[in-house]
Amino acid sequence: MGAQIRVYRQKIASTTSMGKIFKAMELIASSRIGKARARVSASLPYANAITRAVTAVASQSEVEHPLTTEPESIRRAAVLVMTSDRGLAGSYSASVLKQAEHLVELLHSEGKDVKTYLVGRKAQAYFDFRGRDYAKVWTGGTDAPEFATARELREVLLKDFADEFEAGGVDEIHVVFTQFKSMVVQEPTVIRLLPLEVVEEESETPADELLPLYEYEPEPEQVLDALLPRYIESRIFNAMLQAAASELAARQRAMKSAGDNAKDLIKKYTRLRNNARQAEVTQELSEIVAGADALNG
Amino acid sequence: MVELQVEIVAADHFVWSGAAKLVKGRTSNGEIGILPGHVPMLAVLAAGDLEIVPVSGSRFSVQVDGGFFSVDADRVVIVADNAVMADSVPAGTR
Repeated sequence: MGAQIRVYRQKIASTTSMGKIFKAMELIASSRIGKARARVSASLPYANAITRAVTAVASQSEVEHPLTTEPESIRRAAVLVMTSDRGLAGSYSASVLKQAEHLVELLHSEGKDVKTYLVGRKAQAYFDFRGRDYAKVWTGGTDAPEFATARELREVLLKDFADEFEAGGVDEIHVVFTQFKSMVVQEPTVIRLLPLEVVEEESETPADELLPLYEYEPEPEQVLDALLPRYIESRIFNAMLQAAASELAARQRAMKSAGDNAKDLIKKYTRLRNNARQAEVTQELSEIVAGADALNG
Repeated sequence: MVELQVEIVAADHFVWSGAAKLVKGRTSNGEIGILPGHVPMLAVLAAGDLEIVPVSGSRFSVQVDGGFFSVDADRVVIVADNAVMADSVPAGTR
């Protein structure tokens, strides 16, 4: 009987200390979300300005640029998958990977080769475990992405895009990341990065307002040459920032429910322990009474 | 008085915004000065210093290492890869 109580005590102690860890992780995540969201909004002015400029150049001049023209046939597509470095974020990485699997399946069914690029240790582990190959992986700092990483990603992707198919080049580039919609809703999303479809995101100008007729310096081609890589960079960076905010939000939620579960478990074990103790006391009492009766009798 | 609305943004943060009388920058073709009433234009910035003469306060410079800027109806948006403000920037904006 005494053994039973000891087991419950141990369980209560270990659940309590785990609960403390969950609580701490939840607090850390929630304190970082604010910063991550601020970074998303801090990158917006840049993204908006670039989008506006790209839209203006692309819509006004009849410039044929390799980045905006659809290739005749798409034989190989690149897929960039953004997951987290660390776990304990619920289904965050799993749902991105699931989305990526769907995309890869779809691309295969269209007869395209797929070349995969990964961000985050979780994606790397997933691919390594299944023995699949990937072109390149970036790890570290998924919860606080740096612009330099986005630039590196852009350089690698654009180089592949420029390469011929025979040399391992790709004809289109997709990005799978988690879009941060609100604190409670984060959605795994696929965007096609290249060839470019210029999308206006959260622009302040109404659609019917005409963009001014710009003069270009030096020439529209060169301006586009300078603009488009930056545009891609800014979209990659934005995706990374949103993914980071989503990761933290997912982690906070996962840790909160883990903490709640720990509390429930502690309550349950405390009841069981009390029960066991009471049973022990009762048994001891009846033993004493029975013993006394036997002596008296 | 006509003035320019200037906005300087870097990749991951907002740098400066405010009213200005003159913006001087360096494009790949050479130096350019923008005064109020300039035609709309889109140009590629070369690495170097931008000079801004705000409506109130003294002129200051911002060091950029490439980017582009657009001028459109007296609104100048400077998009820099990396912008470093020189000191003594007039307060009031950030």
